[in-house]
Amino acid sequence: MRRSAFRRSRGDGPFRFASTGAGIVLLAIMAAIGVFLVVKAVPALQANTSHFLTELTWQPNATEPVFGIGALAFGTVLSSLLALVIATPVAVGVALFISHYAPRRLASVLGYVVDLLAAVPSVVYGLWGVTFLVPFMLGPSKFLNDYLGWIPLFGGDTVVGKSMLTASLVLAIMILPIIAAISREVFLQAPKMQEEAALALGATRWEMIRMSVLPFGRPGVISAAMLGLGRAMGETIAVALIFPATFKISFQILGPYGNSIAANIANGFGEATEVGRGALIASGLVLFLITLLVNMAARFVIARRKEYARAAA
Amino acid sequence: MTVQTGIQPISAARRAKDRLVQVLVYLAFALAVIPLLSVLWLVVKNGIGRLDMEFLTHSMRNIGARDAGGGAYHAIIGTLEQVLLASLIAVPIGLLTAVYLVEYGEGGRLSRIISFFVDVMTGVPSVVSGLFVLAFWILVLGMPFSGFAGALALSILMMPVVVRSAEEMLRLVPRELREASYALGVPKWRTIVKVVLPTAFTGIVTGVMLAVARVAGETAPLLLTVFITDSINNDPFNGPQMGLPLYVFDQAGRPTDTAINRAWTGALTLILIVMLLNLVARLITWWRSPARRR
Repeated sequence: MRRSAFRRSRGDGPFRFASTGAGIVLLAIMAAIGVFLVVKAVPALQANTSHFLTELTWQPNATEPVFGIGALAFGTVLSSLLALVIATPVAVGVALFISHYAPRRLASVLGYVVDLLAAVPSVVYGLWGVTFLVPFMLGPSKFLNDYLGWIPLFGGDTVVGKSMLTASLVLAIMILPIIAAISREVFLQAPKMQEEAALALGATRWEMIRMSVLPFGRPGVISAAMLGLGRAMGETIAVALIFPATFKISFQILGPYGNSIAANIANGFGEATEVGRGALIASGLVLFLITLLVNMAARFVIARRKEYARAAA
Repeated sequence: MTVQTGIQPISAARRAKDRLVQVLVYLAFALAVIPLLSVLWLVVKNGIGRLDMEFLTHSMRNIGARDAGGGAYHAIIGTLEQVLLASLIAVPIGLLTAVYLVEYGEGGRLSRIISFFVDVMTGVPSVVSGLFVLAFWILVLGMPFSGFAGALALSILMMPVVVRSAEEMLRLVPRELREASYALGVPKWRTIVKVVLPTAFTGIVTGVMLAVARVAGETAPLLLTVFITDSINNDPFNGPQMGLPLYVFDQAGRPTDTAINRAWTGALTLILIVMLLNLVARLITWWRSPARRR
């Protein structure tokens, strides 16, 4: 742009080179993550005596290694979707509260309080989950099983605290702040003129929000939810402490079933042999690809709308 | 269709719906705050008991799960070293990338690609960055498990956060400042180093501290790269180390009350460190620009 307006200084070249180089290093790291995961996953996949994508069991450390991503991928997707279903409505409510309901002076302080949820390290949620939430959830889980057991999700004969539901609840708490923060930014950018026009025509506050804020914010909320989904799928330590670490596909979210790719990596790494490590890296590659797709889709939705530029950061 | 004249009162049904939504919105906020209060309360209640000098100055060497006593000194040292090393790697790269995006890239194709992948990189699961360092640094290059390997994994998680916050701060620097400098014949790179970066300095520091706070609590990447030890290891380049998050994970996995209590105290120490960093970052922002706050 301004480049030709003045004579280039001698120092400019190296500095420009260094800053461009730093940007390229970032791209190289992203590429290297993919490449090196593939490099270390391939030997293990070749030693596998079963089909990686469909096999349910995970015994890569045996002399005849048998392992597959099936049950783990299922658990990852189910727990993250459940977390999303629980967290999104609450997060939208929180975002509306801060953008349109809370008193102006309090709004930024209350927003900071919600952001604090994100500042709590994941291992602390894990500790909290396993010592407090797991025993606490036993009662409500039994209640759901007794009265709503006819719904397949809540069915089953055994009800435990260390269940898919408890893990999803912890995930929901952890992704709530990111969904709420982005939705809040988007809601704050809804056109003020439209809001005031709606109010001037006699709309109540809710009607104004339904007519002007929500339609404007919908794509933003969708991509926020997708970013939350990506985060839930990659979350490791908190769920590693809670999941009962079984390798079974079951929709009974109150039963003693459940595991995820990330939790399995954390739990299985300690005793993994060479093939075992390769197998864990292969599962990590699958996780990397899934989260990459989800994140790119989410970013694409945000990037398409210029008005959201500020919220994307 | 009837034509209404004058201002009609809002019907009871519409008013009730408005009230209902208001209650739901307030409820949502309460629902979000309850887990936060519960976590903080339990961490303080269960952790304060063991937060003594022994905890802060001793390691876990020769202390079994059942034994009382023991501490997290080795873990605190490890966390400080790992986070410092990670910052030393991530901050220069992140800052230079932000400078490229704001000052040199201006809308070009490469800058759009980098900007997109910085966003995507924010979403890389922490366990994947740990696996990457495990595959690349430890398995392919044959390096030992060490604090430095953990720092590499943490730096990957830090970079996109540093880039985004620094970029935002650099964009806030008024164009007139740059133009005044160019008008005096100062070359572009000296303008960036002497005018743009100093102007944005406090904002950049805030962003870096938030990034540090984010990675200080990461456990999964450390588990795969630093490993676990009960002894003090001051050398981050050689041999397994400990980290405070790892310490909490390790102690939480042992089925005795004394171990669980140590885990709570470790969690309290970790939260205090992270909250302190967050608070300092917010204070710097607040102190710098009281007028810009809404």
